[in-house]
Amino acid sequence: MTQLILFNVFNGLIVGAFYALMALGLSLILNLSGVINFAHGGFLALGAYFAYALIPYVGFWGALVVSPILTGLVGLVVERVLIRPLYGGDPLYGLLLTFGLAYMIQDGIKYVWGSQSLPFKAPVWLMTSLSSDYFFLTGYRVFMIVIVTAAVAALFGVLGFTRLGMRIRAGTRDLETVSTLGVNTRLLRSLNFGLGVYIAGLAGVLAAGQLGLAPTMGDNLIMPSFVAIIVGGLGSLVGTLLGGLLIGVASGLTAVYWPPATEAVIYAMMGLVLLVRPRGLLGEEGRLH
Amino acid sequence: MNARRRALDVAVIAALVTMPFWMAEIGGYTELASRILVMGLAAMSLNFFLGYTGVLSFGHAAYFGLGGYGAAMAIKYLGLGTLPAIALGAVVATIAAAVIGALIVRRRGVYFAMVTIAFGQVFYFIAFRWSAVTGGDDGLSGWRRLPIDFGFATLKIEQNDKAFYYFVLAVFAVCVAAMARLIASPLGRSFVAIRENERRARFLGLDIERRIWLSFVISCFFVSIAGGLYALLNNFIDPRALRFDLSGNLVIMAVMGGMRSFWGPLFGAAIFVALQDFLSSRTENWMFLIGLVFVLVVRFFPRGLLGMLTRGAAA
Repeated sequence: MTQLILFNVFNGLIVGAFYALMALGLSLILNLSGVINFAHGGFLALGAYFAYALIPYVGFWGALVVSPILTGLVGLVVERVLIRPLYGGDPLYGLLLTFGLAYMIQDGIKYVWGSQSLPFKAPVWLMTSLSSDYFFLTGYRVFMIVIVTAAVAALFGVLGFTRLGMRIRAGTRDLETVSTLGVNTRLLRSLNFGLGVYIAGLAGVLAAGQLGLAPTMGDNLIMPSFVAIIVGGLGSLVGTLLGGLLIGVASGLTAVYWPPATEAVIYAMMGLVLLVRPRGLLGEEGRLH
Repeated sequence: MNARRRALDVAVIAALVTMPFWMAEIGGYTELASRILVMGLAAMSLNFFLGYTGVLSFGHAAYFGLGGYGAAMAIKYLGLGTLPAIALGAVVATIAAAVIGALIVRRRGVYFAMVTIAFGQVFYFIAFRWSAVTGGDDGLSGWRRLPIDFGFATLKIEQNDKAFYYFVLAVFAVCVAAMARLIASPLGRSFVAIRENERRARFLGLDIERRIWLSFVISCFFVSIAGGLYALLNNFIDPRALRFDLSGNLVIMAVMGGMRSFWGPLFGAAIFVALQDFLSSRTENWMFLIGLVFVLVVRFFPRGLLGMLTRGAAA
């Protein structure tokens, strides 16, 4: 039983890491630009399929580096052409546009790569189990946790200690003042959007190795990412990270005790948070109400 | 302006009453006409909240689907007649909306949208997972809509497509008339006041949260009736009727037709449903094209069809 519980907690942590990666990207974009990027799940799938297409040429490790960058570039183009004109308008339009974009990306992937799921080859040595007692500790899962931790650390490093990160954080508080101080806020928002999409692409490559490739692979991750943001608290990236891990573990544990509620439990948690602490675990009072 | 509006009302009503007779001429069929009515009612109900109260809900499919499942289960398991089944579905959905509405009513803008989307998924997963009762992913079948017995006459909606269309139209008319009355009432005026300037409405002493909640619940009540009709139309319901895709589709119908006009969402629904029907019969990649429609509407026709026409008239 202990093993089963550990297995599910560990599973939950892995899934939670995906939720957190997705939610961090969404949060970045939401905080600075006020746009809910519904196409984020599509960008995740795009990152995964780019990696699939690149592996024959550059290998798994090359794909892990190149594919998120490509995805981020697509994000930059999308932001420049479609999203930028909507800044400052009714948030309804950003939501609708990215919603349509999500349809387009998903169907585009189906058109290019087919709608059936495809095998995804991670290096063999990563796929073996590390311990016979704890069979679920495969190399790939440990590797994923390492990569996710490194990515999150790098993201917080960039935000905390670089000029770009400082400007993003400042812009989240008061974009107008930042603009008055001579920062090119258009460029800032573009880079920030690209960064968010880059993270989605990275999550996509990792998810492909764990969950397999399917055009709809982002669908199951985007809703929990919203929940992660709400539970963690709007405006707080640390909160988003915590929220993602928390709901992942919660749904992992529920899978042990009451499997039918595996998905529903995270929404119940969201309801509870909204009832008891509406601003979320680490959210700031009065932000985006 | 009033004369123009009256003329539009008359034109819409005339078109709806005669639709089954000219639908075939333009390449459609009666069932498609019924579907336009059902989705039109859903989009107009959403717009009661979205367009007239000005709060961004992206989760109305949940209440649409609940209404549908409620009606279907009432017929399958309780053996209720058609009208009581729709009513039961509406009651269930309205209670759910009342509870969830109370949780989210203090949120605004994108945050409200995000919370409504996320909560909508609860019902999707319940329908998906609780397969013993809901049929799970395969949907709930094995039931049919029943003829309606008025005592003096029987409306055979179970086999006659045209009879069913007029049944849907009757329900549609009652709901739409009720919404029009509500919008014209002092309560409806206060919803519009909240949309136009929430802070000023608050200073005037309006209880904003309670009114937004009320508007949400009313809107969900009507959308759940549309959901019940949808289940009857197909003699079937599956979890996709609860999913967030449908919520997004309802919003684009309202926006495409024109959020600021009463009939706008009906036009949007007609275009959307006809387009979906046409595209999905021509190409496998119709979803790409539907997505493109979203993008084009947002970028080039954000005011919607009727919004553009009325602006053209004002200029």
